[in-house]
Amino acid sequence: MSTTTPPVSAGTSPKAPAIPAGTLARKKLSKPWASLAAIVLAVLWTIPTFGLLVSSFRPERAIKTTGWWTFFSDPQVTLANYEKVLASEGANALFPYFVNSFIIVIPAVVIPMTLATLASYAIAWIDFKGRDVLFVAIFALQIVPIQVTLIPLLTLFVDLGIAGEFASMWLAHSTFALPLAIFLLHNFMREIPRELIEAARVDGAGHVKILFSVLLPLLAPALAAFGIFQFLWVWNDLLVGLVFGGSENRPITVALSNLAGTRGTAWHLLSAGAFVSIIVPLVVFLSLQRYFVKGLLAGGLKG
Amino acid sequence: MTSAEKFLSMLIALVAFAAVIAVILFLARTFGERNGGRGTAWAFMAPVVLLLSVGLVFPALMTVYQSFLDARGDNFVGLANYATIFTSPDQLTVLRNTVLWVVLTPFVSTAIGLIYALLVNGARLEAPAKALIFLPMAISFVGAAIIWKFVYEFRPLQGNVQQIGLVNQIIVWLGGEPVQLLIESPLNTVLLIVILIWIQAGFAMTVLSAAIKAIPDEIIEAARLDGVGVVQMFRFVTLPTIRPAVVVVLTTIGIATLKIFDIVQVMTGGQFNTSVIANEFYSQTFRSDNQGLGAALAVLLFLLVIPIVAYNVRHLRSSEAR
Repeated sequence: MSTTTPPVSAGTSPKAPAIPAGTLARKKLSKPWASLAAIVLAVLWTIPTFGLLVSSFRPERAIKTTGWWTFFSDPQVTLANYEKVLASEGANALFPYFVNSFIIVIPAVVIPMTLATLASYAIAWIDFKGRDVLFVAIFALQIVPIQVTLIPLLTLFVDLGIAGEFASMWLAHSTFALPLAIFLLHNFMREIPRELIEAARVDGAGHVKILFSVLLPLLAPALAAFGIFQFLWVWNDLLVGLVFGGSENRPITVALSNLAGTRGTAWHLLSAGAFVSIIVPLVVFLSLQRYFVKGLLAGGLKG
Repeated sequence: MTSAEKFLSMLIALVAFAAVIAVILFLARTFGERNGGRGTAWAFMAPVVLLLSVGLVFPALMTVYQSFLDARGDNFVGLANYATIFTSPDQLTVLRNTVLWVVLTPFVSTAIGLIYALLVNGARLEAPAKALIFLPMAISFVGAAIIWKFVYEFRPLQGNVQQIGLVNQIIVWLGGEPVQLLIESPLNTVLLIVILIWIQAGFAMTVLSAAIKAIPDEIIEAARLDGVGVVQMFRFVTLPTIRPAVVVVLTTIGIATLKIFDIVQVMTGGQFNTSVIANEFYSQTFRSDNQGLGAALAVLLFLLVIPIVAYNVRHLRSSEAR
């Protein structure tokens, strides 16, 4: 035990006077450099997005012939790109795909969230045969990459007659989300004190009642964490939309990806379109940020 | 379909789903309470078990089976598809690129995230400074790829053609000749990796910053009293303490990188020797109609994820036991 350690009970003690002069000097010296390095990194990280934002407001001709930085010497501002992209009809309209993304994402969040709540309640609080095996199996399914399922799933959807329909994407996204959702919600449910559940059971409450009146209010943060994670996952997905989406109901990511792949790239539409697609997750993310990190961490193994 | 019709069909689907749930709850309430609630348990588990077995387990097993069949899924070819992956020059390039991605992305983004977390820790504008780095996380890979297309775009040097990509403009400003950044291999793969690093550094920074803040003040104070310098403090105090978080970040980014598809698909479509396993899976299955090879690539992807997950789980166990 070091005898020089001061008693910690003093709470927020002011800086100990015993700091050797050398350390202090080095710390002072490194401060401006640290700030400078941080600023350089922050600028580097922001410039690409900033460039796209500036580009999206420049006229088509300007975008295609000069870089976005010329905007500062020769500022030309237009909303024409956004008008074209947000038009509901026309060859360049991205608006229908924007709507598609909403149509896809809402059930793709609601369905797994509901099913996982029921399943995780059963696993956490009901004693039934095969419970442990099921839980381990579901936990293990988290790591299955979705690529492994796509071809047979597509065949199945064709047989069911829902290939290319919204339903195929709802089903695919919901299924892929279940292992993580159950794992996350189960862990949260187990943290709720057993006495709370037992007291309700003594009062004669059935499982359905306990789930809705006792557990659901407490589960809100966990549901939010999963909900935001799943929303961003589905909204930003390309692969599932590309494989299962028909030409009429593909999400915005697929439409943008196709636009980016065309010859003689439509830079003006890409810039505005990308921004429109970015804004929704950004708003969701900024308003629910604190739940997001939790969800991200828990979702590390998702396939 | 108009937008209104789409929303209507979505509402109908949600109502149908609600009806299914209502039936499940009704059954659970009416018959479920016998035997300590076993009926309820199965009513609650049934939809999940059905979806997971039909939508995940069965397709995965089918894919394993298909990976032993030929391009059209007619004849059994044994391990021929796997042999192709490890011998054909095209597929070897795919493997080389995947290795490059999986080695570079986790380590570089974790390093940058860690450095940035240390730099802004306790600084005055810490929260907004962190948000700037973290924002790319919320952007889709497709959106990120489009953003970077504006960075990497190449225009030939002739007449008064001007560069519209930032990197080439900087090269020109410095007196160099513009480079076909997305065509020259393996430079193009490295530049695509930069995009994912740009996205993942924010994730690393957020998690590691939380870990750094969780280090007890007493430890820092004690080390400082012993006259430990900044570098030593990092090596002997900070890094060992946040080691579990670093492992989680590395493995999480590693798994995400292994499955990278969107960035390659949007930037080059896998052309110019930039393809990776997940992209090659898509190309072989849906563009070249070679289902057998596609299936084998998907299985390979699965096999490669397992050791990373195993390492992560083992490490978590051992750090919990301590």
